[in-house]
Amino acid sequence: MRFFKIEQDYKAIVIGGSAGSFQVISKLLSQLPSDFETPIIMCLHRLRHVRNGFVEALNIKSSIPIQEPIDKEPIRKGKFYLSPANYHLSVELGNTFALTTEDLLNNSRPSIDILLQTAAYAYRQKLIGILLSGANRDGAVGMKMIHERGGLTIVQDPKDCLIDTMPTSALNSTTIDHVLSVPDIIDFLLSLDKQIKTKS
Amino acid sequence: MQELEIAQLRTLTELLKSKYNYNFTDYAMSSFRRRIQRIIELYKFSSFDALLQKLSLGNHDFFQEFLSEITVNVTEMFRDPTFWTEIREKILPELLNLNKTISIWHAGCSSGEEVLSMAIILREMGIEGRVRIVATDIDMAILQKAKEAVYSIKNMELNTKNYERSNGPFTLDKYYEEKGGKAYLDKSLLKDVILREHNLVEGDVFSKFDLILCRNVMIYFNQSLQNQVLKVFHESLFKNSYLAVGSKESLIWCEIANKFLVVNNEEKIYKKIKD
Repeated sequence: MRFFKIEQDYKAIVIGGSAGSFQVISKLLSQLPSDFETPIIMCLHRLRHVRNGFVEALNIKSSIPIQEPIDKEPIRKGKFYLSPANYHLSVELGNTFALTTEDLLNNSRPSIDILLQTAAYAYRQKLIGILLSGANRDGAVGMKMIHERGGLTIVQDPKDCLIDTMPTSALNSTTIDHVLSVPDIIDFLLSLDKQIKTKS
Repeated sequence: MQELEIAQLRTLTELLKSKYNYNFTDYAMSSFRRRIQRIIELYKFSSFDALLQKLSLGNHDFFQEFLSEITVNVTEMFRDPTFWTEIREKILPELLNLNKTISIWHAGCSSGEEVLSMAIILREMGIEGRVRIVATDIDMAILQKAKEAVYSIKNMELNTKNYERSNGPFTLDKYYEEKGGKAYLDKSLLKDVILREHNLVEGDVFSKFDLILCRNVMIYFNQSLQNQVLKVFHESLFKNSYLAVGSKESLIWCEIANKFLVVNNEEKIYKKIKD
């Protein structure tokens, strides 16, 4: 296992993905321990009018059951969250979720940019943003915001992506701290969790 | 564009309160900020201060446009089809058993898609004459749109699918005519519907209802305003009558949640059980 030294403590991890990201996220969630501490909030492009099935499919492998948050739900340690279909998911100050039905952004609802931007605003330097495989530019603006607010930015290595438009757009628009293969992203998250547990 | 800071948004809400008597203080912060940023881009204001300047002039027409842009008017006919199946097959039949005129309030009705959905169900059940519908919104311009009942034809594909998935017995084209890229809905569906301006933030109770629909509206309010609005709904409902909110909303964090019972958690339909 590759070990990453992580000094900063982080309040949340946000992950964005689109075409080609389902397998990646499914693998990633299966490799994390069931007491993984930092909340993971995911925004994955999905069919707008199919309310059920997606979270269930991800839950087959995930080590922690994933929830689709309800409006105003508090964000808690040790939980995994997924943007529900046909809503934008935001993080509000005060560590709660907000859902909205605003217009599509980057042709998407949920939009990755909205989740990443609001999370960057709420958590500032205490946020990790990860952008995976995808066929549009959603997430690039959000990653820029995370970087500008002092958070940590990671993209899946474009060479490693089924479709690399999404990470490439982010690389072209802001500073990306780590460009990682999927096994390395997993090692990064495992390293993070180990260091949190050693500290406490 | 630089993200607007909370202090800036406070200045704006203060101005809106003093100048126009509209209170946005308790709107949910992240979406309110996006709406303001969107208006700045849409009207090509050079800065946030330029928008403030414009609003401080007290131009009523501009304020009406501002109001229309602040509120989110994304809606569908038969949005969440399984919700409408539940309304058709469970909630309305139960209310009919009361043997009186049924009152329904669409709170935050936007361009009227859900009002028409309800009106279609009532017609198909043959109970139009037994139901009184009041539909309200903060925005006069969108109420006018609801009155006209003309929608873009490209929305009708989704609306039609939703109707079918909700177990509608016909096809949706029974209720509209296509002309020049637009769908003209059968206006007679709205003949007994009262459309009027009402601001949920002001919180006035104006009548009593057997069913209130307020779906994906309170998500734009913060928790304290949600509490306040829920009190208005509670007061506006007869005992044992129903409140429906959006599929990803919940009353559980509201102060008076214990005065309601969840009757369908998937569709977020509640029943008022205590006065």
